[in-house]
Amino acid sequence: MSFITNILPTKSTLRKVEEYSFRAIMYLCVGIIFFLLIAIIWGIIKKGFPALSWEMISSVPEGGFYFGKGGGILNAIVGSLYLAIGATLLALLVGLPVALYMNVHLVHRKKLVNVIRFCLDLLWGVPSIVYGVFAFSVMLYLGARVSLLAGIITVALFIIPVIIRTIDEAMKSVPQGLMEVSLSLGATRTETAYKIFVRQCMPAIVTAVMLAFGRAIGDAAAVIFTTGFTDSIPTSIMQPSATLSLSVFFQLSSPMEEVKARAYASAALLTIIVLIISITARYFSSKYNKSRIK
Amino acid sequence: MGQDKIIIENLDLYISKAHILKNVNTTIPEKKITVILGPSGCGKTTLLKSLNRLTDIYPDVDITGKILMNGHDLLHPDVDITELRRNMGLLSQRPVPLPMSIFNNIAFGLKISGRRNRLFLKKRVEHYLNQANLWDEVKDRLHEPASKLSIGQQQRLCLARGLSVDPEIILADEPTSALDPLSSKAIEEKFLELKQSYTIVVVTHSLRQAKRIADNVIFMYMGEIVEQGPAEEFFSNPKNTRTQEYLSGVFS
Repeated sequence: MSFITNILPTKSTLRKVEEYSFRAIMYLCVGIIFFLLIAIIWGIIKKGFPALSWEMISSVPEGGFYFGKGGGILNAIVGSLYLAIGATLLALLVGLPVALYMNVHLVHRKKLVNVIRFCLDLLWGVPSIVYGVFAFSVMLYLGARVSLLAGIITVALFIIPVIIRTIDEAMKSVPQGLMEVSLSLGATRTETAYKIFVRQCMPAIVTAVMLAFGRAIGDAAAVIFTTGFTDSIPTSIMQPSATLSLSVFFQLSSPMEEVKARAYASAALLTIIVLIISITARYFSSKYNKSRIK
Repeated sequence: MGQDKIIIENLDLYISKAHILKNVNTTIPEKKITVILGPSGCGKTTLLKSLNRLTDIYPDVDITGKILMNGHDLLHPDVDITELRRNMGLLSQRPVPLPMSIFNNIAFGLKISGRRNRLFLKKRVEHYLNQANLWDEVKDRLHEPASKLSIGQQQRLCLARGLSVDPEIILADEPTSALDPLSSKAIEEKFLELKQSYTIVVVTHSLRQAKRIADNVIFMYMGEIVEQGPAEEFFSNPKNTRTQEYLSGVFS
């Protein structure tokens, strides 16, 4: 009996130390992430909000805007929204059917699907500027000019892997029984895909769209070659368009303080747009979450 | 012993070179309960799922032989697989409700076969929920997610859903293994009632359940059919030594 009482405290102390140290590491990591997030947001707000005005978000640049004269960045706000929404929709239109096809129609071809996954992961890792340069060389070959359309297609290309793989990861964990049940009720594979899998994976689809939208609206490298930059709001998809990220870039490169402040204001706007869209999307996805099968 | 609904001839099934079903020859009588009995991993579930070709969705499956239903070979590549599956209701080991409301779980099968009239759907949903003795418990919350029901209720919902597409055959894969004794009893009693109009195939490893409900027994061991025949004869006078051992509890 004394043997047990002697040995138990040491063992439990060790386990306690282990428990506490791992907890401490976790708190530290969470702390670092929050600190970074708050620091970035605080930096943007502090430097950007003084320059933020109604004129800034309601008018296009006037002559000499980039030297501190009047006007705003409405061209870039509208351009970025056009570009990101267009690219995300296009990518979803291509990506969702691919993810469904991989998980429903190709469910018995594990090896093939794994090859596809590997290729998509490679594509995910390619930096967006490579897509930009690739698209630019295709445009040169076709004799096409920079345009909103070219930008949408290019951005869609590099967010398609994000969409497919994010949805695919969720669909991998759909219980096999769900597919068996749907098929045995006389549903075809395509009906099973669009009526069952899409419902079951709705939260993941929303997450995928959000991730993709965030990458699309924040990207500067792919659009610089393909969408160009302009001070006016595009009225057709064949026209070039401004984007917020490039607007931030151009203003931040200015030596003048008031122009730099506007860059931060633009960045703040970009962050707010992403925030609003995230919250709305979460709200709608939670409605579908209730009937999911765990 | 009635008519044969399904005839299986020389069925062999491999999953990536592993021989899962070995030269299976058997018949499944119409409007009777056939129980496929045997220890875990003997191929019972695989045999059941090859009946409506759910084996199609498993990777690396190789299947040869014939499964004849109403004279048509189900394994023939030209068979209308969707129609074939609709003809067989499936009840799985754990209840799998669809990710939608209670009402739509039952209406799903009807909707995809093109019947969308709301009044018609309402009547059918009530009818099938009644058949599974579930209507009174859920009639006030038909539009809540099916995942909120208890496990026993979910299994009865799945039964109602299986019946909703008007199949001739009910395939049940250990339908009571996840249920409490009361829910299990409800399902078993339902089967005994349903065999008036349906051919029922039940996979189970519970000897007692088999004794309670079986008209016809197929006993499998290591992918082979060891012994088969009418339940009374099977339980009272088993011929094979393996069967005798299994029935007396030497292995399970």
